[in-house]
Amino acid sequence: MPSHDVMPNMELYQPVQVEDALAIADRLAERAWLVGGGQDTYGWLKDRAKSVDAMIDLSAIESLRGIRETSDGIEIGALTTLTEVTESEVIQQQYSLLSMAASRVASPQIRNIGTLGGNASQDVRCWYYRRGLDCYRAGGNLCYADTPQGMNREHSLFETSRCVAASPSDTAPALVALDATMVIQSSSGVRTVAAEDYFVGPANDIENTTVLRPGDILTAVRIPNTWANASFYFEKVADRNVWDFALVNIAAAFKLSGDTIQESRIVAGSVQATPRRVSNVENAIRGQSRSAATADSVASMATDGARALAHNGFKIPLMENLVKRAIIG
Amino acid sequence: MSTHIGVDFTPPDIAGKVTGEIKYAEDYKREGMVFARLLTSPLPAGRVVNIDASEALRMDGVVGVFTADDLPPVPPPGNPALASEYVTYVGQPILAVAAITEEIAESAIDKIRVDFERRDFVVDPIESLTPGGSNAYPEGNVLVRTREEGPEGAPIVGAEIKDIKWPQSAIDAIKTGKEPVGGEFTTEWAFGDVDAGFADAAAIIEEPFVTIGYPHHSLEARTGMAYWENGKCYFHGSSQSQSANNAGLARMLNIDLADLVFINEATGGGFGSKIGPYPFMAITGNFSKVLNRPVQLRITREQEFYIGSARSGMQGWIKIGVKENGKVSAVDLVIVNDGGATGGGSGNSSAQHVTVAYQPESMRYRGISVYTNTTPRGAQRGPGQNEMAAVLAPMTDKVARAIDMDRVAFRRTNVLDSDGFQGGSQGPVTSAFVREALDQGMRTFGWQDKIAQPKDMGNNKVRGVGVGIGYHGAGGRGYDGLLRIGTDGRLYIHSGVGNLGTYSYAGTCRAAAEALQVPWDKCDILHGRSDRHLPHSSGQGGSNTIFTHTRTNWVAAQDAITKLKEIAATDLGGSADDYEIGDERVFLSSNPSQGITYAQAAQRAIELGGKYSGQEYPDDINPLTQLAVQGIAGSGLVGVAKDNIPGQGQPPGVLVGFMEIEMDKDTGKYEILDYTAIADCGTVVHPTNFNNAMRGGAVWGVGLAGLERHVYDPQNGLPANTGLYQSKPPTNMDVPIDTQMGAVNIPDPQNPTGGRGIGEPTQGASAAALASAISDALDGHTFNTAPTTTDMIINHLAGNTYSTKSLKTNTF
Repeated sequence: MPSHDVMPNMELYQPVQVEDALAIADRLAERAWLVGGGQDTYGWLKDRAKSVDAMIDLSAIESLRGIRETSDGIEIGALTTLTEVTESEVIQQQYSLLSMAASRVASPQIRNIGTLGGNASQDVRCWYYRRGLDCYRAGGNLCYADTPQGMNREHSLFETSRCVAASPSDTAPALVALDATMVIQSSSGVRTVAAEDYFVGPANDIENTTVLRPGDILTAVRIPNTWANASFYFEKVADRNVWDFALVNIAAAFKLSGDTIQESRIVAGSVQATPRRVSNVENAIRGQSRSAATADSVASMATDGARALAHNGFKIPLMENLVKRAIIG
Repeated sequence: MSTHIGVDFTPPDIAGKVTGEIKYAEDYKREGMVFARLLTSPLPAGRVVNIDASEALRMDGVVGVFTADDLPPVPPPGNPALASEYVTYVGQPILAVAAITEEIAESAIDKIRVDFERRDFVVDPIESLTPGGSNAYPEGNVLVRTREEGPEGAPIVGAEIKDIKWPQSAIDAIKTGKEPVGGEFTTEWAFGDVDAGFADAAAIIEEPFVTIGYPHHSLEARTGMAYWENGKCYFHGSSQSQSANNAGLARMLNIDLADLVFINEATGGGFGSKIGPYPFMAITGNFSKVLNRPVQLRITREQEFYIGSARSGMQGWIKIGVKENGKVSAVDLVIVNDGGATGGGSGNSSAQHVTVAYQPESMRYRGISVYTNTTPRGAQRGPGQNEMAAVLAPMTDKVARAIDMDRVAFRRTNVLDSDGFQGGSQGPVTSAFVREALDQGMRTFGWQDKIAQPKDMGNNKVRGVGVGIGYHGAGGRGYDGLLRIGTDGRLYIHSGVGNLGTYSYAGTCRAAAEALQVPWDKCDILHGRSDRHLPHSSGQGGSNTIFTHTRTNWVAAQDAITKLKEIAATDLGGSADDYEIGDERVFLSSNPSQGITYAQAAQRAIELGGKYSGQEYPDDINPLTQLAVQGIAGSGLVGVAKDNIPGQGQPPGVLVGFMEIEMDKDTGKYEILDYTAIADCGTVVHPTNFNNAMRGGAVWGVGLAGLERHVYDPQNGLPANTGLYQSKPPTNMDVPIDTQMGAVNIPDPQNPTGGRGIGEPTQGASAAALASAISDALDGHTFNTAPTTTDMIINHLAGNTYSTKSLKTNTF
């Protein structure tokens, strides 16, 4: 496997209207690659681990940028940078779970370029897959990581159907917790998909991590006011405090009545190929006081069904501890 | 009073680095230049059966392919620039292809078909020593030196590959943390009566340990550009060193020393991996000769991981005995080094660290360095010493606790002093004031107050307080100094020291200015190109430059002073001893008004010729210095000399570090609350640069102790973390904003300026202090690993086993 670092030759399209982008995407279909901030893209293409005939650069489409207040929440353009999301007043005031999550992505430099849509939709970071090996996810017929000798410290605990790669996104768990809706356009129209359904595990589609298909463009993310001003908790544990993917992250939202939890969303990242909603814990704490005692009583439920690989067993106590901390607040 | 030593100044290349105007090797272009790229091995072990480059050579813009057949053969255990037959690691260069653009060169790489035969491979040294285990090379698995090891970073010469297997009982023992009785070693030494030492001990601990190697990841991937004119090769290279490259590079290019112009004005990091000419420099220069046009060979970030060198890992066992009074009576140490594809480990240097830290009454060391099919290994900041410091610190704490002794007091009892020794040969040192450093550090850090504070910090967070020692030999002797006083009265100091980024190429020149009493604004440093007539100099590595080249510049200045006085005596009468210098004049001591200026003396030196202006020079200077003197002969008063300052012993660089952390028991993460570091490095020559070295080293120590490591998949020999972000060097958010720094600042008696080096120990001390603090936070638990990562801490707290418990290296 030769090592490369210059971009391969390909067609480059730089539309300035979303309609033009949709037309090009429709025409080129699998031959094209959509690029926003490029922080996921350029590694794939420069390394030649994936190759395409054409690139559709969306960065000049202004309508895909910005944060707009709507009648029932906010709409965030998919190309809005993570820095803009972090610094947005309305997000900080009402949906701070998302600004907290965005502020922990990668590094300031990457957040200045990387987009919300790209961060949420990025591909898994399994190093075998990224290296271009012919694993299941790459269309082959084996998994290099899910073996007794596999180097799988960052891999998944749950829902590992043939592939054990984990979702690397910090914003995706926050979007699921906020009941966000993903707005997807194609030449045939607009459709919306709940964030929880936007992300796809290997059991359903082993070659894709989202429902996006050739010709689709994620144009916006809508956050309903369902959870506006709720009590939020976000924590990311990574080896380094900046420029690192999560070992485990947790995004949680609580509606409280006094100390009593009326409703909650608790979503963990980096434990499976999609953000993992910890529904059994959400159910168990409904009506309970938000306290250490409640947290202690349910924390171990968070990892029910977890299957540790050779090197990622530490994620089990880590996830339990983060769920506990989220509940305590 | 010193006017230059211990006084800040601005090195001349600072402005260029701040503005971006300074040029690195990749920035140089030349008319007609072509771009070369490497094709590297996809296999950890195999044999190249056939190379078919015909399709690439037919591509428009491709100008040539260069293979091992175009270079002199390099038999094992050498590290060839291009694999000739066997490949021994993923990423090993096999050939280079050149084209008129980088894009064409990269596309051409994909058109070249290489057929391989696979061989069994190994990524774990212990597995290779196991009966029936694979060997990294067809000839065997262990590097055996038949001649004494050269200086740090020097190519391996006088060595062979042997096939060594241990009995299964020894393998089982070391895998379970026991002494591997019956194992064969290639390096063994001992002093004192070890058995008696253990018999005298009030407490004994036995610990297994593992440190994992990791890449240097120099920010400037080692690019080179070469072209030939009138039989001379002009070579723009990325190197830590300047003059230390010339002889080796000239050999690679098969030319005389006088026919090489090596240009290296600035370097984007080396950390030990670019001390001397590295193998693939041979491709750039020779490919350019074959093509008869300038060639730039740039490598990728990933290739810098492959061929940019790495720290050796080690798996080991140690037994330490200590008397009731706190004195270490005996040490028994076993180290199995992971030598990667080049085989060389740093076990002996690790053992040397133990001798400095403990000054044991008796010690035995047994070591073996095993080849693995992983990246080539070489010197990396404090090789051997710093990783040993990291794993030894918590063990040292354990020993101190075993005899109920304060951890700093224990170190104070045992550590090196001026009458002490270093290494298995128990060689002397020039001076050492580590106890003073410990005392100063304790006061600055507030050790007693910090250890008296409650451990529990609330919210499931605990306090950890640690102390560590970093050590490295810090200086050499016998190199040359060269300077010239011009007829304009300016002092031209010729520095053959490389510009690694430490600015010691400039700091060492201050010694000449000091001796000749010349204001700094009247000094010019000539460096960065060998056609600026640069003297023979040490490699810019091993923390040696401050000691080594303040001395060479000092002796060159003394030679110039002698000549100034002789010229004055010739012209003004009397003897040379009747004269002294000052205010850029040489004058009669008894009548200062009677004298001549330096400018006038330089003019007279030209007129007098001979030794005064460089037509004659001392017999004992290096051939490279001779060429340099010839190049400036007749242009002023030349001061040139070999450093023959009498003395003996190794100058030690020692740093003590104190660290306080807050550990989160839910996440295994810790925050460094305080770090204090005090150096014993003689006189601080350049205070700002001293502070920079202290900070930089401290950051990397955090990486060594907590973050960085090689990970190789034993199923296919592939490295998991070739990228910079995957290798996890510490970021600014992982280290304390402020570091309290200081120095004992007691001059070394064997350097006229008083200085010794300190670069490398700065990493070892912070790594050791952090490891000690982690252990302290966890009630003395010893992980015995470097790095000790987040997952290990979580697993320990959760009662899980952690993966390196069985002493595995190159793994999570």
